[in-house]
Amino acid sequence: MALLTAVAHAPGSDVGLYRTVRLIRRFEERAVELVRSGDIVGGIHPYTGQEAIAAGVCAALRVDDVITSTHRGHGHVLAKGADPGRTLAELAGRATGLNRGRGGSMHAADFALGILGANAIVGANGAIAAGAAWAARQEGGDRVAVSFFGDGAVNQGVLLEALNLAALWRLPVLFVCENNGYATTLTVSDAVAGTITGRGAAFGIPSATVDGMDPRAVLDAAREAVDRARAGGGPSLVECLTYRFDAHHTWEHKARVRYRADDEVRSGRERDPVTIQGDRLSDEDRERVDAEVEYTVDAAVAFALGSPHPDPVGALDHLYATGMRARPGGGG
Amino acid sequence: MPWLSYQKALNRALGDELARDPAVFVLGEDVRVAVSNVTAGLFKRFGPDRVLDTPLSEQAFTSFATGAALSGRRPVIEFQIPALLYLAFEQIVNQAHKFSLMTGGQARVPVTYLVPGSGSKTGWAGQHSDHPYALFAHAGVKTAVPATPEDAYGLLTSAIRDDDPVVVFAPAAALGKRVDVDHEGLGPVPLGVGRVHREGQDVTVVAIGHLVHDALAVAEELADEVSVEVFDPRTVYPFDWDGLAASVARTGRLVVVDDSNRMCGLAAEVVATAAERFDLVSPPVRVTRPDGAVVPFALALDHAVQPDRAQLAAAITKVLKQ
Repeated sequence: MALLTAVAHAPGSDVGLYRTVRLIRRFEERAVELVRSGDIVGGIHPYTGQEAIAAGVCAALRVDDVITSTHRGHGHVLAKGADPGRTLAELAGRATGLNRGRGGSMHAADFALGILGANAIVGANGAIAAGAAWAARQEGGDRVAVSFFGDGAVNQGVLLEALNLAALWRLPVLFVCENNGYATTLTVSDAVAGTITGRGAAFGIPSATVDGMDPRAVLDAAREAVDRARAGGGPSLVECLTYRFDAHHTWEHKARVRYRADDEVRSGRERDPVTIQGDRLSDEDRERVDAEVEYTVDAAVAFALGSPHPDPVGALDHLYATGMRARPGGGG
Repeated sequence: MPWLSYQKALNRALGDELARDPAVFVLGEDVRVAVSNVTAGLFKRFGPDRVLDTPLSEQAFTSFATGAALSGRRPVIEFQIPALLYLAFEQIVNQAHKFSLMTGGQARVPVTYLVPGSGSKTGWAGQHSDHPYALFAHAGVKTAVPATPEDAYGLLTSAIRDDDPVVVFAPAAALGKRVDVDHEGLGPVPLGVGRVHREGQDVTVVAIGHLVHDALAVAEELADEVSVEVFDPRTVYPFDWDGLAASVARTGRLVVVDDSNRMCGLAAEVVATAAERFDLVSPPVRVTRPDGAVVPFALALDHAVQPDRAQLAAAITKVLKQ
């Protein structure tokens, strides 16, 4: 069975990295179809084009390391090991979803796998990752935390504060900036004074820029940063240059917002992380992985769409960890 | 029995919880030298891993606490100034508070946000004198406003042990209160359970935080004319509606004295719920700050926007006449 072949490959191997980028790509393409069909409401922020970053960074992590993610978070969640079926079920708001249908695309989380959640507020997760890293260090051991964020986040004060705390306290955090050139529609050149790595350097944080379309380049940079963090060397910042192949959000598919020239999108898509990594595999290996991914994604779609919707009676279940119940609204 | 001040009660609760549970730690600005006095002696006793001085980065250290809490710690953040909660509102309300529901129950965020010196400190002007507990009640964040030293000890203890985020407002006007208590008798006070400080038959006065002491003083002043019951919810969210219902069932009249702004303040919710649920023999009256009050600097002006005893006495008289 195709499933068995790729399992034997480590996430950081060429086959493993290809499997991850291919899985994210196909997952996102199917998710966009489900947005169009109305099975996913509210839309999604597709990760297509940026797969190398999630794949490369998460291949450098252990299962007990933690990540905090963004509104464009499916790739990170899948790369850290979340079940594709439960992830897709969450996007579709089903009771079997990672978050029991309470979070959706922008909040997907799996704490058992160290996925402390996607986060819908730009720049918000860096400080959360710093706190998790501090707690990990207090426990002993050498666990690390990763904060993924986009180029838009580098203008958020709370993220800059978090860089300061992480550097000051030498916390085992990896700050991964996915620079896809746009904060929604605003270009980096219209938004960022100075440079992104310069922000890290200002706090004395080792900061590097890498090719974010190449999973192996990202993995190499992530390994260096993670090794430093595990050894007590403090945080690092890795800026990954990338390009978002699809819309900022699927509402653009209908709204037709014009901010990227057709030529730019065409040339931006020429360097494709799935192709770059796929070219490192034999045809036989690649075809095997492709078949396995199709099987996995087909099964995920079937699982998600076959799963029950949550019962509205429990709409505010889990509002309080203690189980406290809120007063009802309505006329009650 | 020894005297316990409100401020010392907070300090004692922090020390006891730090000693009891290694997951507890305190962070905030100037907590090492204990500028507010609430953390006095804790750095020396528990060291730098349990008592963390932070840079002036309220947003980051508030979410830092969330991250630590998601990883099994129980942070207590001290905010020197109540208005700093506005700066960290996103981190408390939109992040910490929402994690449990948004993750479908995977996450718990046991962070305590302690504000020693909330409300007017007389003379600290517009940006240091707010009392925004109603905002957190509105958002659904558990919120305690202890009035007395023993409740300060008990509610802070419960807040630290609670698995959800809890804001604890310690009103500046109550910090100096002292009580003669047996320290051995101090213990946790459950969130959501009010306290009748004085029993009465004619009118229930709901008083919050330091205003409990004003309400007790007014009740005493008026004792010859009217029998006033003073009900202290102790936590404004969750609110002890059943406890209040029982009190109002006895008295049939309701006055609320609340250091919120009038518009959408806590008193507004109490009066609205009373209108829906309780059988009142006369319309209830609120004594609050004015709508949208910005506390002015000059002392007479500062006092002019605080609910005071004369207003409360007038309100009690009014509900009795109707």
